Amino acid sequence: MKTSHEVDPHSHQHHHKGHTHQFQQDYPDEQQRPTREQLAHINGWGADLDRKDRPGVPMERTPPRFIPEPVGKLPQQPQHVEVLVSTERPGITPIFGTAQPPSGLSGMIRRAAFRWAENDLRHWLLLLAADRVNVVEGVADDLAHGKVPNVLAEMGIKSEWQYNKAGLVKKVAIAGAVVGTVAYLMRRKER
Amino acid sequence: MLAMNYRGPYRVRADHKPDPVIEHPGDAIVRVTRSCICGSDLHLYHGMVPDTRVGHTFGHEFIGEVVDIGPDVKSLKVGDRVLVPFNLFCGNCFYCKHELYGNCHNTNAQATAVGGIYGYSHTAGGYDGGQAEYVRVPMADVGPMVIPDDIHDDDAVLLTDALPTGYQAAEMGDIKEGDTVVVFGAGPVGIFAAKSAWLMGAGRVIVVDEVEYRLEFVKRYAQCEVVNFREVNDMGEHIKKMTDWMGADVCIDAVGGDAAGSIAQTLTGRLMKMQAGASTVLHWAINSARKGGNVSIVGVYGPTFNAVPIGNALNKGLTLRMNQASVKRHLPRLIEHIRAGRINPKEIITHRIPLEEVSDAYHIFSSKLDECIKTVLIPPSAREVKAVKASAQNAQN
Repeated sequence: MKTSHEVDPHSHQHHHKGHTHQFQQDYPDEQQRPTREQLAHINGWGADLDRKDRPGVPMERTPPRFIPEPVGKLPQQPQHVEVLVSTERPGITPIFGTAQPPSGLSGMIRRAAFRWAENDLRHWLLLLAADRVNVVEGVADDLAHGKVPNVLAEMGIKSEWQYNKAGLVKKVAIAGAVVGTVAYLMRRKER
Repeated sequence: MLAMNYRGPYRVRADHKPDPVIEHPGDAIVRVTRSCICGSDLHLYHGMVPDTRVGHTFGHEFIGEVVDIGPDVKSLKVGDRVLVPFNLFCGNCFYCKHELYGNCHNTNAQATAVGGIYGYSHTAGGYDGGQAEYVRVPMADVGPMVIPDDIHDDDAVLLTDALPTGYQAAEMGDIKEGDTVVVFGAGPVGIFAAKSAWLMGAGRVIVVDEVEYRLEFVKRYAQCEVVNFREVNDMGEHIKKMTDWMGADVCIDAVGGDAAGSIAQTLTGRLMKMQAGASTVLHWAINSARKGGNVSIVGVYGPTFNAVPIGNALNKGLTLRMNQASVKRHLPRLIEHIRAGRINPKEIITHRIPLEEVSDAYHIFSSKLDECIKTVLIPPSAREVKAVKASAQNAQN
């Protein structure tokens, strides 16, 4: 495919074709712009040229459109599971998610992370560490429920085989070579 | 119900989970008929977003049918066909009162910087998402929109995020007539940003990516120029050459932390997680914009920090604007564009995959196999209902 570095980038408005000029002053001091006629073939061109037609201009607008007028305070969602709350808030929000409450070792790490504000790097690094621990817990949980996770299927090996056989063979060959080399070196060391 | 189940980086599967229930008087339960995999789901899939818990169900782009409502819900009824914006918002807080629906302060207990987002980790509120048969939809009077009869399901599902985000990206670029707009990323959001740039009167639209089939698609779909960054020496220099050595008036980052194109950024941002993702595109955007130009960011980065040439942004007098899209306020205008034939969103859908095959759906989308641009997941219950309706229609005929 021809991309814009190979062809005249915009034939209806540009005249330079990659040839070198010695002086900056050989170039116009502002960009050349296409005329409306030159852009007439673009479907929908200029339909929202007027800012009044752009729904997000200005960015902040009050009273708000498209939603019902608020009536009093929101009812508070009852809390039945543990929800970690940012230290940058005075308390839990009126509406919150209840999926996957913290549990196990990863939950302990997450609780520790929430001692620090979002502003503190430790908060995020601990959460990332908890995520990795949680992956191991997930495998253990599968096994505890009598399910051996089919990791290759979870990673989409079927589609890799269907659409990228050469790539899959290459990955298997590289992995095999790495494992083989490590095994060889370890056996050599034992001798 | 059947739902996508995150098991760890690059590992997802379809599992049975308990059905969601009404937890707040303003909730609704929606039976999902279509959900998409979004480019930003890949940040979760790749393990880049902190507090992504095993067992989480992703999915913030979905439509469906209301099957249950809480006692406070007035504007929806059971049976309504609804599209659900990816942001959870209350309609009551300071930000919602200023139409910043993407910045709601009342829906995410676990962080303040980001509002609640369906199926987007506990950093975005800990709500299970729509890659499932059923989903809990809080503040049902405020967020969802009943889909007009003349709007196709495939268009509606793209109105929940990809199209409004692309449109808002162009909008935040404050495009003036004749502007040169460079969009980094030829994924769904980049494609819609390119299309929207023309609506706002751009004079030139250039899309940058490395994936040939996507560049080919966007060139046809959005009538734009394309650049494969693998084939140029330096991105900043190249854009200068293309713009009479000035730089672009507007640069749009529609990629975020999963960007390719810089070994140092990939190593520190994606592999070693020393940054909140690779900020390659943000770097290019700042260095490709002309002095006094605008940089608009909708690509998703993590919450820690990124290495960007902020000094250049200062010296060039750039305006940097960024936000999560406030989907709801864009819907009426975007529906007008669809009806007028200015945008045909569903044309970008390349794959429709049963929810049961979610592992392969993610791998195909993530690895850009089979010329994938946009993947829609169809839950088994949606297929059954469709089959029953078709058979009833046949019986009538």
